[in-house]
Amino acid sequence: MALIKDVAKVCKSKNAGPFELTIDVVFEDAATFRKVKETGVLTAALFARLYNVPEETVLFTPYDAAFAFKATFPRLVPAGDFGDTDVYGCQQHAPLLDIDLPL
Amino acid sequence: MASIQRERGNHDASIQAAKIMTREVRLLSTSAILGYGFPEASLRAGMDRKPDAIGVDGGSVDPGPHYLGIGKPFCSPIAIRRDLRLMLNAAVSAGIPLVIGTCGGAGGAPHLDLVASMARDIACQDGLHFKMALVHAEQDKGSLKRRVADGMVRPLAGLPALTDATIDRAERVVAMMGPEPIAAALDAGAQVVLAGRASDPASWAAVAMRAGLPPAPAWYAGKMLECGATPSIPKGHDSLFVTVRDDHVECEPVNPIRRCTPLSIANHSLHENSSPIHHIEPGGMLDTSACRFDALSDRAVRISGMRWTPADRYTVKLEGVELAGYRSICVCGTRDPLLIGRLDDFIASVRREVATKAAQFGADPDSYQLAIRTYGRDGVMAEREPFRGALGHELGFVIEVVSKQSQEMASAVLGMARTNMLHTDFPGRLCREGNMAFPFSPSDIEVGPVYRFSVYHVAELTDPTEPFPIDFESL
Repeated sequence: MALIKDVAKVCKSKNAGPFELTIDVVFEDAATFRKVKETGVLTAALFARLYNVPEETVLFTPYDAAFAFKATFPRLVPAGDFGDTDVYGCQQHAPLLDIDLPL
Repeated sequence: MASIQRERGNHDASIQAAKIMTREVRLLSTSAILGYGFPEASLRAGMDRKPDAIGVDGGSVDPGPHYLGIGKPFCSPIAIRRDLRLMLNAAVSAGIPLVIGTCGGAGGAPHLDLVASMARDIACQDGLHFKMALVHAEQDKGSLKRRVADGMVRPLAGLPALTDATIDRAERVVAMMGPEPIAAALDAGAQVVLAGRASDPASWAAVAMRAGLPPAPAWYAGKMLECGATPSIPKGHDSLFVTVRDDHVECEPVNPIRRCTPLSIANHSLHENSSPIHHIEPGGMLDTSACRFDALSDRAVRISGMRWTPADRYTVKLEGVELAGYRSICVCGTRDPLLIGRLDDFIASVRREVATKAAQFGADPDSYQLAIRTYGRDGVMAEREPFRGALGHELGFVIEVVSKQSQEMASAVLGMARTNMLHTDFPGRLCREGNMAFPFSPSDIEVGPVYRFSVYHVAELTDPTEPFPIDFESL
């Protein structure tokens, strides 16, 4: 068992335009990436649950060449609209850090 | 488009293709944004490597809708001028182009004007002479309505279709140019190209494609260069040197304290895009799914395997904002455990008091929005915050009012909210002199007009340069 915060090299969030948030989790090497992929834990469904968005709104893409997983889904409110808490979207990654990967 | 077609033509001829194999373009990006600053030593070291062009991205949509609306940059003019002066002097003395996209932060007319007037001042003061092109990106409302009427505009991100009413309400709308208008400015002999809103990699792609390089490595190079040394470690505001060749791109930071590694480059390729492998750009799609990242040394990386698929229809993104109201804010905090223990009830009673009293001085409840942001609970993630455990020993608040009526009314409602945060009673209250610690006097800040994104659409073009008129001047 391993928490993402202990095994990932990068875990970050950012705007992808004013209406979407994108989250990246990057691993050190191909072997780690493959093992993480095989656990099946990182999926669109996981992001849907953590961020309370419909699964069909999550674009989930493993990027083998970069040993990375990316998930993109709608922001809570558009960047800079009333009620936005994070204009750059760069502090929305924390719920992922404690996700347990059965490695 | 002309340069892309020229390139496709070259591919068909094997003799030309052999020439392309040996061709390279060397590009220096000083930093992620004009005005973020970079070490002068990095510019010197980069210039020593004889770049074919230098440049920097001038802006971003990331700081939010305010800057496009208000017509000002998000970096200070003082910081922009410092960077611009060094870059103009370097480019002119080396006799190479300087290309800056999304000038002034948002790339509208006032943003481009600001940077252009700085360039004129610097040229005058430093005795520099060059031909300058200003590539405009702000769109007039009449032409936007014509594009809508012609069925050439469609929404992005689930927004409604663009209407004349939305266009009329917009404070400012820009179109995001591709490489073609920038290439046209260079073709006409401009040494310094200042562009309005542009796709971040477009100015770099323009330089590389003009030299006959294919779109795939040209766009990929732009993706790396648009953020300066961000694809290196340790991350910092600094310069990046990229060499573009026919089938690959090489990245190396110029500052010896930084390194590009396959991981740092791969990580950057994820930056600010919905998909890590399909990057939609004006005129086509950059596909990075088959990219290889090979270390050339412990600080330089070669990226190969990128592909470019031309789009059936040439499109550019439109960005526009409209006025949403006027904001006033106040910062305060509590150290009272009795208040923290019944926070939700307390805030609810403050909101009731504010609604009643604001209505008495003419602030209709529909005319303003009141937020009491609670830092230490869910100030960063709002309703997406999963932590619902015990609150800490102190909490910070940002009280915020956005009034549709006026700045004065926003401040009036905020003043009422601040007073009630300070004095509203709650059961068990011992701190009868006041509930909140205010760090400042005055406590209330008038933030000014608030804008929201109202246009985020794509417009189909028959000519990629048509919405982007160019003015030339000799300095």
